[in-house]
Amino acid sequence: MSALTFHLKHVPEQRLDMSPLVCQNLRGRTADEIRSMTLDCGGSRVPVGELFDLSGSDCEDIVIEKACDRMDCVGRGLDGGRITVHGDVGAYAGMQMRRGEIVVRGSAGVLAGCEMGGGTLRIRGDCGDYLGGARSGNRRGMRGGTILVRGSVGVRAGDQMRRGKILIEGDAGDYLGSRMIAGTIAVMGRTGRHVGYAMARGTILLWRKTTIGANFANCGSHTATFLALLFASLRGYESRLADPDHEFHRVQRYAGDLARGGLGEILIRLQ
Amino acid sequence: MQIQSTQVADTFAEAFKMYAARLIITAENEKWALAAARSVTGFATSVIGCKCEAGIERLLGEQETPDRRPGASVLLFAGSVKGVGDRLMERVGQCIMTCPTTACYDGLSEGEAVTVGGKLRFFGDGYQSSKLLDDTRYWRIPVMEGEFLVADTFRVQPAVGGGNILLLGEDLSQTLSAAEAAVDAMNAVDGVVLPFPDGVVRSGSKPGSRYKGLPASTNDAYCPTLRGRVEHTALAENIGCVLEIVIDGLDEAAVGEAMRVGMLAAAGTGIPEISAGNYGGELGQFQIGLHALLQGDQLP
Repeated sequence: MSALTFHLKHVPEQRLDMSPLVCQNLRGRTADEIRSMTLDCGGSRVPVGELFDLSGSDCEDIVIEKACDRMDCVGRGLDGGRITVHGDVGAYAGMQMRRGEIVVRGSAGVLAGCEMGGGTLRIRGDCGDYLGGARSGNRRGMRGGTILVRGSVGVRAGDQMRRGKILIEGDAGDYLGSRMIAGTIAVMGRTGRHVGYAMARGTILLWRKTTIGANFANCGSHTATFLALLFASLRGYESRLADPDHEFHRVQRYAGDLARGGLGEILIRLQ
Repeated sequence: MQIQSTQVADTFAEAFKMYAARLIITAENEKWALAAARSVTGFATSVIGCKCEAGIERLLGEQETPDRRPGASVLLFAGSVKGVGDRLMERVGQCIMTCPTTACYDGLSEGEAVTVGGKLRFFGDGYQSSKLLDDTRYWRIPVMEGEFLVADTFRVQPAVGGGNILLLGEDLSQTLSAAEAAVDAMNAVDGVVLPFPDGVVRSGSKPGSRYKGLPASTNDAYCPTLRGRVEHTALAENIGCVLEIVIDGLDEAAVGEAMRVGMLAAAGTGIPEISAGNYGGELGQFQIGLHALLQGDQLP
């Protein structure tokens, strides 16, 4: 069986909600049944067949061709299987996904991986704000799984994240790991201001020096044994983070945010 | 059945159902990994007096451990899952956490989980933190030298304890040499440990005693100094020394394999007989026949 492929015919004029096109919703449906499904596009509902040419039949392996940044909620609630997107996606990519894998071969908008509970979200390009965060008004961000971004991310990545890993090869904007509850964020590039602002627990691992706020206590330089396990857990990823040459165990440790108990930490690689 | 000049008795070792955990201990170098492994397996020769039995399974190279440091694999046995859990709590806390540079991981892939790191974490007095990596939770407990990293839970699986062979030798020197050769061979078998001092026990026991309250007493039938004193002696005139090797393993096959290679290594000049300890088959769940173990071998 070849991958079930959705080839976008034309860029929609309004934002398109892609939520229904996840593996668990398409299992057992014929191609005609899938074409007749409707998607929210602005204020109207549009049949899938009007937006996409379909080919292939493997619902566990979905491919979206010629994707664009007006496609929101790609892979929302994915519960197994794989979605590969050729092109950019809009907001909420991988929101609340539980299992499986989403690969975006372009960039993603705001709130990618927000509130996800498991699985893997890989983004080749850049990401918008609130990566792995919580939707407005919610108090729990990502609670499991792994997000891997090859490019850079906007502000407040990992905001209120509770568990899981966010791995960023590029740069991160201001307020990285803000209000973090727990989990791990790793950033190979530069970071903006106020790293770890109001974080309660969790680890922010940085390859480059950054400005540390007065709300963090400098605990000195240390060898962190658990980093060997962390890096070992990344070995399977197609990423620079999985390269043993980028592995390190010696870190400068800052504990904080002291205003929230000081059980979180920022670890900065020591040369 | 003969191996060279050694007679192998047509008997069986009586072994017992136990429960086991495997600890993977790592450290900055082999010296400290071994120091922790020796400490955690100390005073763990017999459940009769030590509440558990434990031994070092083997040393581990850097490529074999979770954190890529030198390490040691330790097996610990007790009579129940709870017993294993309780002993792990005591021993990981007192013998591994205390040892410089160590970390401790679960070495089994299946079994019932007992919480160890999840309890030891309270030593961190509120400064401890955890990491969930690849579905395994680890605790990082701050200590004066840095951090002690320990798995939240350890799995405990059914196991076999009390496999044994008895080496009946002409004198101490030859019996001791044979026992040492057997231990060397048996230590190469995965999934077993020999819990007694360097694998060898001289004070084999029988259940019960003439004194009230003692659960076990000397195995008088195999004491050479009592040969003329006890009617039921198992020793011929030419036997001057008996040494036993006790084997605990993760399964019956591993225990049997250790017994087999041990017998082959120990047999020869100065060892007229190899036998095994049992209680008539009435106490243990496993009966491991010596002849059956040697069936497939071309015996010299």
